[in-house]
Amino acid sequence: MAKIWVYAELSHGGAVEKTVFEILTKARTLGADALECVALGPGATAAAAALGEYGATTVYASDDDTFSDFVAEPAAHVIAELIKQHQPSLVLAPFTYDARDTMARVSAKLGLTLHTGATDVLAVDKTQEAIFGGAKIVDVALGGNEPRIVLLRPKFTEAEPAGGAAANVVNVDVAVPDETKRARRTERHEEDATGPKLEEAPVVVSGGRGLQQAENFKLLEDLAAAIGNAAVGASRAVVDAGWVPYSMQIGQTGKTVKPKVYIACGISGATQHIVGMKSSERIIAINKDPDAPIFSLADLGIVGDALKVIPQLTDEVKSRKG
Amino acid sequence: MNVVVLVKQIPDPANPYELVDGRLKRGVAQKVMDPGDEYGVEAALRLVDQFGGEVNVISMGPAAAMEAIRRALSMGAHKGVLVTDDALGGADALATARVLAAAIKRSEFDLVIAGVESTDGSTGVVPQMVAELLGVPQSTFAKEIEAKDSSLTIKRQTAAGYDMVECPLPAVITVTAGVNEPRYPTFKGIMQAKSKPVDTVSLGDLGLGGDDAKPTQSVDAVNPAPERGAGEKFEDDGTGAAKVADLLKQLKVI
Repeated sequence: MAKIWVYAELSHGGAVEKTVFEILTKARTLGADALECVALGPGATAAAAALGEYGATTVYASDDDTFSDFVAEPAAHVIAELIKQHQPSLVLAPFTYDARDTMARVSAKLGLTLHTGATDVLAVDKTQEAIFGGAKIVDVALGGNEPRIVLLRPKFTEAEPAGGAAANVVNVDVAVPDETKRARRTERHEEDATGPKLEEAPVVVSGGRGLQQAENFKLLEDLAAAIGNAAVGASRAVVDAGWVPYSMQIGQTGKTVKPKVYIACGISGATQHIVGMKSSERIIAINKDPDAPIFSLADLGIVGDALKVIPQLTDEVKSRKG
Repeated sequence: MNVVVLVKQIPDPANPYELVDGRLKRGVAQKVMDPGDEYGVEAALRLVDQFGGEVNVISMGPAAAMEAIRRALSMGAHKGVLVTDDALGGADALATARVLAAAIKRSEFDLVIAGVESTDGSTGVVPQMVAELLGVPQSTFAKEIEAKDSSLTIKRQTAAGYDMVECPLPAVITVTAGVNEPRYPTFKGIMQAKSKPVDTVSLGDLGLGGDDAKPTQSVDAVNPAPERGAGEKFEDDGTGAAKVADLLKQLKVI
C-alpha cells in the first residue's frame, strides 16, 4: 500500500518549482497506490490544478504567508506532523536550496533516511546518483523506517503531463508554533536577467578562467546576442572570483542545464562543472589546453584561445544569419 | 561571541584521486581541509575579532582529520575537537549530524558556521540537520554576514538573486565561497597552533552508541555511466570559429 508524496515547493510568487513536475512524472511510474503533494505558502491551493495535471490526486495545502516569510522551520514542523498523520512510504522533493533546508530538518526531527542529490528514483527504497562528475552511476538502497526522503536533481527526467483533473485540496490543519518562527526573510531580490533563462535557453554559452578577466564576459554576451535565444553561464571558479553573479553558475552547486547546444569557453571541465551540463544535447568546447577534461565530452573541440575564437565566432554567426 | 566552525578533511579537490592500473584508487591523494571550510573559519575569526569570544573547530573523521583542525587553528581559531571512532566509517548525513550536534553541545555556543556543502560528499544537508538537533534556527548560503546584539543579518544567495534574512542567535549558518577572503596561516600562526588545546573524543565520550552512527543507506552497485564519446577536436588554425558556426547552423540554432 505504498503512498508517495511529493513536496511541491513554491517559488516566490507562488509558481510550482519545475522539478516538481519532473518528479511527479517519474513518481507515476513507481506503481504507488496514491500520489499526493504537500504545498505550503502563497499559491499552494492554486497549485492543485497543475499538480493534478501531472498525476497528483490530493494536495495538502496551506496558503499561509508564514511558510514563505520564515526559513525552513514552520514548513519542517508541518511536514513532519503530516507525515506522522498520513504515513507515506516515500517523500520526494526537488534538490533546491529551500527543500534541502526544510527536508534536512524533517529528516532530523523524525530520524528518517534522506538521500540528497539523487539522479533517479527506481522504487520506494531504491535510488540512483551520478558520482565523479557523472562518470559512474551508483544504485543506492534506502534502509531505515518509512518514509524515506529523496531530493532529486533538476532535469533528471522530462516532465510530461498525465492530463489528470485538479488535485483534491485538503487544507492543512496543523498549527504552526511560534517557536518555529525564528529566521525571517525580510527582503527578496531577483537579479535582472535579460534574454532567456539559463535553464530554459536552447543555447548556453558559458565561460571560465580561460576568459582571464571579468570584463571579457562581454564577449560571451555579444556571442549570445548574435546567436539569439542564448543565455550566458559560468563555471564556479569565476563566480567564486566574483566576476559574475552566482545566478549564472552552472554545476554541482549551481544550475543544471540541458540545452540543445552548450558552448564551453575557457572552461577546463572540473567535475563540479560537468555535473551541471553533461546532459546537454551537443557540447562544443573552446580551450587552450588540449588535455582539458572538457574535450572528452565535446562533440566539437577547438584547441585555441577562447579570447581570440569567441569574437571570430560572433562574426561568423552574424554572417551566417545574414 | 563563541563560534563553532565545522570542518572536514577531504581528498585534495585539485587532485582528488589517482588511477592505479586503470582503477580508481582512493587514499592515495593528499588530504586537505575542504577549501569551502576556509570561508567558515574566516567568517568566525572576523566575528570573534569584532565581538570577542573564541572559535572552536569541530570535525568528524579518521585520526588524520586532526590536520584540518590544525589548519583552522593556524589561521587563528582557538581550540578544536575531533570526533573519531571506527564505528563512524561510512556515516551518512544524519549520522554525521548527530555526532556533530553532540560534540557542539559539550560547550556553550552562540553560532555554528559550516560550508554550504562538502566538496566531496555534497549532500548539503548536514548543517540544517545539526540546527534541528540543536533546536536552533538556521540560515544557509550566506554571502554576507552582519552581527548585531543577539541576531545576524544574512544576505542569503538564492537561485534568482538573494534574500535578506534576520536570524536570532544561537543559530547555525552556512557560508558560500566568496563570502570573504580567507587569511593564510602565518608562520607564527602555524607555530602557535601546535600548542592550542585539541581534544579527541569517541562516540562513547559523546554519549552516543553505534546505532546513532549507523548509516541507513548503502551503495548496492556501481556502474559506468553511458559513455558520451568525444567527437572531433581541432587545433585552431584560424578556422575554428567557422567550424563552430557551421555546426550551429547545421543544428538549426542560428
